[in-house]
Amino acid sequence: MEWRGEGILLTVRRHGESAAIIDVFTEEKGRHAGVVRGGASRKIAPILQPGAQLDVAWRARLEDHIGAFTVDLIRSRAGAAMGGRLALAGLNAVTALLSFCLPEREAHAALYRRTGMLLDLLGQDEIWPLAYLRWELALLEETGFGLDLSVCAVTGADEGLVYVSPRTGRAVSHAGAGDWADRLLPLPPVLRGEGAAEDAEIVAALGVTGYFLGEKLAKTLGERPLPQARARLVEELARRV
Amino acid sequence: MSANRDIDALIDLMARLPGLGPRSARRAVLHLIRKRALLLTPLADLMQSVAATARECLNCGNVCTADICDICRDDRRATGELCVVEDVADLWAMERAGAFRGRYHVLGGTLSALDGVTPDDLRIPRLIDRIATEEVGEVILALNATVDGQTTAHYIADHLQGRVRLTSLAQGVPIGGELDYLDDGTISAALRARKDI
Repeated sequence: MEWRGEGILLTVRRHGESAAIIDVFTEEKGRHAGVVRGGASRKIAPILQPGAQLDVAWRARLEDHIGAFTVDLIRSRAGAAMGGRLALAGLNAVTALLSFCLPEREAHAALYRRTGMLLDLLGQDEIWPLAYLRWELALLEETGFGLDLSVCAVTGADEGLVYVSPRTGRAVSHAGAGDWADRLLPLPPVLRGEGAAEDAEIVAALGVTGYFLGEKLAKTLGERPLPQARARLVEELARRV
Repeated sequence: MSANRDIDALIDLMARLPGLGPRSARRAVLHLIRKRALLLTPLADLMQSVAATARECLNCGNVCTADICDICRDDRRATGELCVVEDVADLWAMERAGAFRGRYHVLGGTLSALDGVTPDDLRIPRLIDRIATEEVGEVILALNATVDGQTTAHYIADHLQGRVRLTSLAQGVPIGGELDYLDDGTISAALRARKDI
């Protein structure tokens, strides 16, 4: 069994004295783990930094074995990420969420491409938060918890949408909310691609996506809490407000 | 094959040491036995002694044979500079370089969501105590230039901001390094940290 492809390194875990077990996110194979022999060595360890774009070749005797990777660096993103506090928090949040949310060996080609683009924007702090918000919406969509913010779930109107139903993830207008308004989540315009996309609004929007990640998606993954790295990113953004 | 159970057990234990495998452990044990008086006996005595006395310095986390290590006890090193490192091996590396004459603080790891290492697992509260009690003027964050290392550095910086001067090690071209062989991340970091000549 073997394949070769390009992937984004998500996690690295030391294995024994000199090897490492890595998790890469590839276009065709999805999130895929494997052993890198010599992965803890002086030569290879610096390559294996989260976010790195790698050329990987996987080989195993049987399909369900963990198998071994040989890796080659295409592009490191750690340098860009370490240049700034927000970029570093962002890189940690993206890799931690993907590692947390995605099942192994299930392709998510569109999300893979979006992730690559998002990580390539690391260091551009003016546009990165909005790109990250869009990416989280795509992550929810890919994992089956996408938000439908096009029309009001109650009245069908496409204007005056100010709430999101925490149960269905659909938009609700002020008129449609009625007495239920205090049980609904606020809908910041930036979630619908409207408004100025200020940091404060993006933080509020991440509160909504965070609700669905934590209360819906995470609940299906064995009641595990969301990775702390995401909370640290939101804190970092809130600090800029 | 060793003909004695104790010797086999010794080989098995030696083979678990970093850098050794069964073959090299067998060679090392054989060498020790042949140099019994010169190596084996003194080594056994020292290992017994270190096993009984080795512990973490209560102040900085360095490994020593007393409650407080030599570095923390040395008044000449009370320079007001505190170098924060990830691990004892990093402290020893800094000492080998001989370039730093202040004191250290060993965190005992880095924050890692994957391995479940949280701030409570590191010696960060003790670091904050030391800054308050030891008249520290500067904290040098000498953490590894890895994603985990720098994430930890930012976390500590957040907690110490405003209390003390915070610095970190420079990142860039290593001594003897050739640009052609450096990865793009290192070149970017070096360019960002460029200095006037």
